[in-house]
Amino acid sequence: MTDLIDRQKLSYIAAQAADARLNVELETEGMTLNIGPQHPATHGTLRIIVRLDGEQVVWADPSAGYMHRGYEKLTEVRTFPQVTTLINRIDWLGSFANEVPFILAAEQLMEIEAPPRAQWIRTILFELSRIANVSLFLGDLGVQLGAITPVFFAFRDREYVLNLIEGATGGRFHPNFDRIGGLKEDLPKGWIDETRQVMKKLRNFCDEIENLLFGNKIFQDRTRGIGVIPPAVAQQYGLSGANLRASGVDWDLRRDQSLPLAYDKVDFKVWTHPDGDSFARCWVRLQETREATKIVDQLLDGIPSGPVMAKVPRIIKVPEGEAFVSTENPLGEMGYYVVSQGDLGPFRVKIRTASFNNISIVPWVLRGVYVPDVITILASLYFILGDIDK
Amino acid sequence: MAPLSDTADTPALASDTLREGIVDDLRARLGDAIVDVKLVPNVDLWVRVRTDAWRDAGLAVRDAGFHYFCFLSAIDWMPSPYGRGEDDPTAPPPERSTEIVQGYTGGETRFQVFARVTDLERHVGITLKADVPDDVDGQGPIVDSWVTNYAGANWHERECHEMFGIRFAGHPDLRNMYLPTDFEGHPLRKDFPLLARLVKPWPGIADVEPLPGEGDDGEGEGATE
Repeated sequence: MTDLIDRQKLSYIAAQAADARLNVELETEGMTLNIGPQHPATHGTLRIIVRLDGEQVVWADPSAGYMHRGYEKLTEVRTFPQVTTLINRIDWLGSFANEVPFILAAEQLMEIEAPPRAQWIRTILFELSRIANVSLFLGDLGVQLGAITPVFFAFRDREYVLNLIEGATGGRFHPNFDRIGGLKEDLPKGWIDETRQVMKKLRNFCDEIENLLFGNKIFQDRTRGIGVIPPAVAQQYGLSGANLRASGVDWDLRRDQSLPLAYDKVDFKVWTHPDGDSFARCWVRLQETREATKIVDQLLDGIPSGPVMAKVPRIIKVPEGEAFVSTENPLGEMGYYVVSQGDLGPFRVKIRTASFNNISIVPWVLRGVYVPDVITILASLYFILGDIDK
Repeated sequence: MAPLSDTADTPALASDTLREGIVDDLRARLGDAIVDVKLVPNVDLWVRVRTDAWRDAGLAVRDAGFHYFCFLSAIDWMPSPYGRGEDDPTAPPPERSTEIVQGYTGGETRFQVFARVTDLERHVGITLKADVPDDVDGQGPIVDSWVTNYAGANWHERECHEMFGIRFAGHPDLRNMYLPTDFEGHPLRKDFPLLARLVKPWPGIADVEPLPGEGDDGEGEGATE
């Protein structure tokens, strides 16, 4: 009898111990999950290593560099006009916008300014790049959350914008159209009317996306209150663009600095959102796309006549000096710190890209979130790999 | 970067006093740690601080209202021994100047770190610089980290460390950002050769073709398009 009871007791203790061991394993031995480098949510080849405790992220570490092309080194062996070809490829969805700050920095050092017509066309193409870039974000956003339709709308309507950019510059993705002192060519005939039509289509596209996604219960449930970034933290990490404005910081380089671009000639609203969550970041981008179409419309009404190229020497030597010029690119603040020693090419170019800073907050913002939210937060921060890796 | 708002009717004057006020404010905070100041009116502001005051300078500008961290990087002021890579590889290498010429606000060392921060209220940015002494203990140049001032400096310092070999004292984790772990050398140093260029030189300025009817004198500098 006693024997049996003892055996029962022992088995009971053993079972308890096994349970305890199991609990210990579940609680303390987390899991390391590797997202990427090839994952649809990473828009390229970003690898994120997350350490999980159950479903919660304890620690996250983005590992960039799969696409590092060394542009800062390459600019040192090129002449100033040759650099635009390279920097076109940093943020490849809004290429023209990459060229502008570099050209403006070179012009600032040379103390020349593009003629008014060139400034207006620059601004129009800049905003078209923004529309092409952000419309793809709006479509892709749906895919991250399991909605397939928006991405087809986005690709359909982005095509109109790319056709416009191709019509004006000759290149769909890499225009290489900006020159020190102005632009390569003037606009083709009929381009302005066509642009007006396309802007109407793009506003329709924004309405469609707003109805389809932003009013959707599933979309709201998965983005509202997720990945909240307070304004003070956002500034410390140097978040810029829509990510910063979604945290309630009213800061837009189009409005808040004076550059030889035509932004001071138009009336536009800088959208902000107080929440700082994933929804706010997406919502601000949607409003910005719509605002950009209005900016283009206003600019089209008042393009001044005149030349598109200032008088510049055929062989461009930039005087000694240093300049930092940044603009409000589709992804955020993009700037070039150009050091010239009076040579044909730059001595050093520091490229300040928006995505690099925007993604550096990932270890902070992912701490404590659930695994499915990792994807929505990454999608809402919006990065382009070329913009991180340079 | 003058402020452009409806109220600023005379941005030229307003911006000048703004930047001069910032310089006065920083002098009051940092004292003799400021070595040199370069102010281009209505355009930009550069301040060079002593190396040992680099971290304090970051704290001071943060307290002065520059809450937005833009970037941090370094410059190697040594002239490149390889030029622009347009030389003929079979010919003997040409004589090149080895004199170090510093940029704005001067300097004494080959390496300089520089960082840019912005005040989002006053719409003004400032670039801070500091010399980095060459080598104190045989392990490469070292300067204080800014991570405690701005959390965003973390990645920028990692990038700077692998590209220039500058160490940042107090940085939690100076792993490589872009390069493989076992990569040797620091690519953005001027004495790091760009092999693609050494093997096959770029035509350089030779790709500027002479304009029609201009003859062989393709280097006329006053010529316009």
